[in-house]
Amino acid sequence: MLVLEKRPTPSKGWAWGTPFLAVALTMIAGGAMFALLGKDPVEAIRTIFWDPLFNAQFASYSRPQLLVKAAPLILIAIGLSLGFRAGIWNIGAEGQYIMGAVFGAAAGLALYPAETRWIFPLMIVAGAFGGFLWAMIPAILKTKFRTNEILVSLLLVYVAENILASMALGALRNPEGGGFPGSRNLSQWPAAANKELIAGTGLHWGVVAAVIAVIAAYVLLQRHILGFQIKLSGQAPRAARFAGVKPETLVVLCMGLSGALAGLAGVFEVAGPAGQISIDFNQGYGFTAIIVAFLGRLHPVGILLAGLLMALTYIGGELAQFMLGLPSAAIQAFQGMLLFFLLAVDVLSNYRIRLASFGREAR
Amino acid sequence: MKRRHLLASAALGLGLTIAGGAFAAGMDHVKACFVYVGPIGDGGWTFQHDQGRLAVEKEFGDKVETAYQENVPEGADAERVLTQMALSGCNIIFTTSFGYMDATNAVAAKFPDVKFEHATGFKRDSANVSTYNARFYEGRAVEGLLAGRMTKTNKIGYIGSFPIPEVVMGINSYYLNAKKVNPAVELSVVWAFTWFDPAKEADAAKALIDQGVDVIASHTDSTAVLAEAAKTEGKVIGFGQASDMAEYKDGPRISSIIDNWGPYYVKRVGALLDGSYEQADAWEGIAGGEVLIGDITDAVPAEVKAEAEGLRDAIAAGTYHPFTGPIKKQDGSDWLAEGQTAPDGDLLGMSFYVEGITGEIPK
Repeated sequence: MLVLEKRPTPSKGWAWGTPFLAVALTMIAGGAMFALLGKDPVEAIRTIFWDPLFNAQFASYSRPQLLVKAAPLILIAIGLSLGFRAGIWNIGAEGQYIMGAVFGAAAGLALYPAETRWIFPLMIVAGAFGGFLWAMIPAILKTKFRTNEILVSLLLVYVAENILASMALGALRNPEGGGFPGSRNLSQWPAAANKELIAGTGLHWGVVAAVIAVIAAYVLLQRHILGFQIKLSGQAPRAARFAGVKPETLVVLCMGLSGALAGLAGVFEVAGPAGQISIDFNQGYGFTAIIVAFLGRLHPVGILLAGLLMALTYIGGELAQFMLGLPSAAIQAFQGMLLFFLLAVDVLSNYRIRLASFGREAR
Repeated sequence: MKRRHLLASAALGLGLTIAGGAFAAGMDHVKACFVYVGPIGDGGWTFQHDQGRLAVEKEFGDKVETAYQENVPEGADAERVLTQMALSGCNIIFTTSFGYMDATNAVAAKFPDVKFEHATGFKRDSANVSTYNARFYEGRAVEGLLAGRMTKTNKIGYIGSFPIPEVVMGINSYYLNAKKVNPAVELSVVWAFTWFDPAKEADAAKALIDQGVDVIASHTDSTAVLAEAAKTEGKVIGFGQASDMAEYKDGPRISSIIDNWGPYYVKRVGALLDGSYEQADAWEGIAGGEVLIGDITDAVPAEVKAEAEGLRDAIAAGTYHPFTGPIKKQDGSDWLAEGQTAPDGDLLGMSFYVEGITGEIPK
C-alpha cells in the first residue's frame, strides 16, 4: 500500500525532475490517445517533437518559427513568475497583452504614414505602458480595497477583448480595408514593422526582449534585494513583513512589471507576426504563459526552456494535424495533458511516496 | 521583408525541382490541401468544404492525396500553416475563409509553383492565386421570401458574422425579398463578429428572440442558432446555413442554403491533373449548382413552398435577379433604377443597407 509522506522541505531534485517526468508521461498518455484515434503513436510524437526541429523538409522554416512563437510566451511568463513567486496572482496577462498591442498599434497608427525610425520605439514604450496600465487596475484595487487580484485581472481580459474588437471595428480600422474589421498592416509599414533582424532566423525584437527579460529576471532573483523580497514574501509572508517588505508596494511592482512585459509581448506581436489589430488578434498567449511559468518552475532559465517546448508542441501539433490528419482538439488535449501531469507529479517534490505494510497501517 | 525574399528564393529552388514544367503537361498525381477556419464537425461552413474535399478523393481515387487542417485562426498562424503545407508538397491549397486573404497572397508569392485557391476573397496578387465564391445572395432571396410569408410578428432577424460585402449583400437580399411579399416586415440584424463560436451565435439568436423576432437567418457556421430556436417550441423558425442541418427538420429548420463546393473542387483538381488549369475568379450560384436550396419542410404551407421553389427556379433560369430595381440605399439615395439589376461590382463592394433596414453597419 502506498502512502504519501510530506517532506520537511520540497525536494530540489524532484522540483527539477518533475517537468521532465511530466513531459514523458504526456508523451505516453498522448501516444495512447493518438493510438485510440487510429494513428501511429510513435509517428505522431515524432512529428510533434522531432520534425519541426530536424525534418529536412520543414526544419529550415519551423526552427525560426519556434522563436517567433516562444518569444511572447517567455516574455509574459517571466513577468508572471515574479508575481507568482511572491504569491501575487496575475491571471489576466492575456488582457494586458491585448492592451499592449492596442496601445502600441494606436501610437504607431496615429503617425501613419510618416517614415521615421522613432515610430517603432515609441510603439514599444506605448505597448509596455498599455500593459502596465491594465495591470494597475487589479493592483490598485487590491491595495486600496482588498479585492482579489485573480478575479479582477481575469475579468479584465474580457473587457480588453471587447476594447480590442471595438478598436478593430472602429478607431483603428484600416480605412482602405474594404469594410473588413482590422487595422492597417503594421508589418508592411517599414517605420512600424517589428522586422526579422537576421533573415531566416525568426529573430525579431520580441525575441531579443525575451532573452533580456530572462537575464534580468535571473539577476533580479539572485542578486537584488527586490528578488529576495519577492521570494521571501511567497515563502513566509509574516517574516517578509518583519524584514521590512511593504506588501502593497510589492503588489504594485509585480503586477506592473508583469503587465508591462505582457504589453511588450503584445506590441511585438502586433507589429510583427500578427501584423495588425484584428478581432481575434489574441490567441491565448497570456493564458498559455501561465503553463509555461509553472512548467519552468518559475525560474527564468526554466521558463526559457518551457517556452521553447510549448512553442514546439504548437508548431509540431500543426504539422501533425495535416501530415497525419489528427484533429485539432487532440492536439489541444495533448497540450492540456502537459499541465495536468505537471501538477499531478508535483506531489513528488512535496511528498515522499512510501510503501507501507498493512501492519503499520493497522497500528 | 527580408524573410520573405529568402524564403521565396528557397521555395523557388524547392518548387522547381518538384513541380518544374508539370503544368502544361498535366500531372500524374496531385496533393490537394485545405485550410479550415472551424472544425470539420461544425455542421455548417467547414463541414461543407470538407464534403468537397471528400468529393475530390472520391472522384480521382489514387491520383489525388488530400490533407487538411481545421481550426486555423485568421492571422499569423494561417501564414505558418500555409507555408508548412506548401513545404510538405501540396500542389494546390484551398484556403476556405475570407480572413486568409493576406496570408494566402503572401505565401503564394513565395511558392509560385503551388496553386492557391482563396474562397470569398478578391485579391489575386500573383498568377498562382485564384478566388472562388458562391452567389449566396440568391439563396438569401429564397429565405427572405419564406421569412416574409412565415413571420407572425412581422419581425425577422439576421445574424451577421462580419460587416463585409459578402454578408451585407446577404442581409439586403434577405430583406428585399421578404419585403416584397410582406411590406410590413421589419428586420433586426445582430453582429456576432465570429464565423464559428456556438456560444456567441446562440447569444445572438437569444437577443433576436427577445426582440420578438420569429424567423432567423444566420451567417455563422454552427448549428447553435437552430438549437436556440428549437428551445422556443415552435414559436421561432430558422434555416440551415451552409449545410442542410437536416437534424433540425422536425424542429425550427424550414429550409436551408447548402454550399456545394464539391463540383468546383473536382473541377479545379481535375484541371491540374489534365493540364488545363488557369487562374480564375469563379462566382457560381443556384444555376451552377454551387448554391442549393435544401428541402422545404411541411411546416411551410404548400402554396408558400411552391412560391419559394418558383423563385428558386426563376433565379436559376436567369429570369429573376434578387436585386432588381427600383432600389434605394438606406440613406434614401438612388441605387438601381426601375428594372435595372445589380452589377456584380456593386455587390462585391456592397457596404450599405438598402432602404427600409434600420440600424447601421458597424464602423
